[in-house]
Amino acid sequence: MGRKILFITTDQQRFDTLTCNGSLISRTPHIDALARDGVRYTRAAPSSVVCMPSRASMLTGQFPTTHGAWMNGVALAVTAPSVAETLHDAGYETALIGKAHFEPYFDIFGRFAENSLAQLGIPTVEQPWYDGRRGPHRGFDHMELATHGAVGTTHYARFMMTEHFDQVGHFYNVLDADFQVNAAGGGDTGAPQVKVNPVPRELYHTDWVADRTVSWLSQRADDSEWFCWMSFPDPHHPWDPPESEMHRVDWRDVDLPAGYIADPEERERVLAQKAPHWGAWYRGELVSNYEAPAKFVPAHLTADQIREVNARNAVEVELIDDAVGRVMAYLASRGWADDVDVVFTTDHGELQGDFGLLFKGPYHVDGLMRLPLIWRPAPREQVTPAVVTTPVSLTQLAATFTHIAGLPQPAYAEAPSLPRDDAAATSDQTITEWDSALFGIDVHLRTVVTDRYHLTRYQPGAVHDGSEGELYDVHNDPLQRENRYADPALRAIRDELEDRLIAHETRDVERATPGPLVAPV
Amino acid sequence: MATIRYEERIQAPADAVWAIVSKADSIHEWFPGITSCTVEGNHRTIHVATGISMPERIIANDRLQRRFAYQIESPLFQMHLGTIDVIELSPTECLCVYSTTAVPDVFALTIAGGSRGALTEIRRLAEGN
Repeated sequence: MGRKILFITTDQQRFDTLTCNGSLISRTPHIDALARDGVRYTRAAPSSVVCMPSRASMLTGQFPTTHGAWMNGVALAVTAPSVAETLHDAGYETALIGKAHFEPYFDIFGRFAENSLAQLGIPTVEQPWYDGRRGPHRGFDHMELATHGAVGTTHYARFMMTEHFDQVGHFYNVLDADFQVNAAGGGDTGAPQVKVNPVPRELYHTDWVADRTVSWLSQRADDSEWFCWMSFPDPHHPWDPPESEMHRVDWRDVDLPAGYIADPEERERVLAQKAPHWGAWYRGELVSNYEAPAKFVPAHLTADQIREVNARNAVEVELIDDAVGRVMAYLASRGWADDVDVVFTTDHGELQGDFGLLFKGPYHVDGLMRLPLIWRPAPREQVTPAVVTTPVSLTQLAATFTHIAGLPQPAYAEAPSLPRDDAAATSDQTITEWDSALFGIDVHLRTVVTDRYHLTRYQPGAVHDGSEGELYDVHNDPLQRENRYADPALRAIRDELEDRLIAHETRDVERATPGPLVAPV
Repeated sequence: MATIRYEERIQAPADAVWAIVSKADSIHEWFPGITSCTVEGNHRTIHVATGISMPERIIANDRLQRRFAYQIESPLFQMHLGTIDVIELSPTECLCVYSTTAVPDVFALTIAGGSRGALTEIRRLAEGN
């Protein structure tokens, strides 16, 4: 018999925001307990540093160049493989509660199921599966969805609009009047995507996701097998947590992150070593992607604004930790404490002041690529707790879930189950891809992560000629400030890692046709 | 302002495709996400799966050019123009071209994304699949 699976994800969370990973701001005792009793990975890489391709990789076990959802705004084909389908087939009850984002949010017609289920008032819809059969949407019997803010088409937004309309205006407006990601500032420092939000904590989406998760679990029989993906929209911007919780962290007490470079001249010098789009974005000369506000100029970001963003981010992380603790307590109350595997991770990171930058984009450094990942196997398995330092990939999650369920690795999954210790680990899957093409600006890069080096190669596009690269020695340069791509002393390393990227590009897999870009996000 | 165009080659006579496109009160049969619509004169209101409704003004429904043009008049849009052209390639084949121009730019992307799905449905209906 397989074990029950609680898959917890957050959105846009850095590795160093958990206490067990060295956080100096947020305190995360419940997530730390999972790490203490399970396997903590110190270098987990996403397949992409934006939501949709990365989440699609968690579901399919495939890289974006295989599953076809190659950038935000490109829907994962409804017929793409899904580990939820595989588990559903094996008798698991399956749910996704919180943020899905396999389909574009910007969907005024509601032609994607994620945007119409709440209006239709049904938990799922029957759709074709990858093998030609039909079943619940992407294998989930139950979807109850949320995203950032209280407006839109999700179940959470509907709940707020219909039952707590007076609270909706308290949240930050994620988009501006031009329907671009909003750059407007707030709080004490005028930091972008920050707003004082008087919404009661119990109505905030983090608690709502935990409430709805407990509600779904409460309807499961004691002996049922279930897979529950509990997906928090935070700590992704906007940074507007309930103001009642802001007493936890005073931004004035928050140190600037180690990756911040205080001297503007030094900042420019470091950015100039990287591919040209870094500096162009910093100076406000280039907007290459939709995910960061188009009107935001990183060069104008102040140290205090970074402190305030990071304080609010830390509060959002602590609220998630509280919610995780609440759900874990519920599992114990059901007598399931020994029976549930818990996997905790996020889809990608946040720059949060590194190099004087904020948000995310085609910038493959640790702020965006080093992710928290914890696997707490069911205690009845008596797995020895471990710390895995060998790099691993989120593409390994799908096979991990089938492994937990006692099933073989699905044929569609490109990567094997996560290792439980370093002895069993390889870093063959630690490739991160970026492809984007938005209103005439296209950017393409590939990165391979090893335990010591990160190599990024740029492909020809609107701002790159294909000769650019970045190579960082993360042992000697953990903040990735010195680009050694042209350093003759590392030529052999560069050649070896470039061969790995070539092998990745030419790998023998059945690839979906890249999906069409049908929305900005 | 952004403008996006999609086209679909359809194995059916141009007049058969035009019969689908020009029937203004049947858009919900081929545009994904539109659940129903009402038409009064040159005003059409579409109702979509998210629960909202959007008013449109039909600018042209030109049988001779086989050209349909309309504007979404929702306050969400500063400007919108959608056109559907059916161009005969042979007695049994035509090209259907769906163009979207809009302000704010991102709406062009999302409406054109819908129009791409619409072209697939128009082809399916016209080819009898």
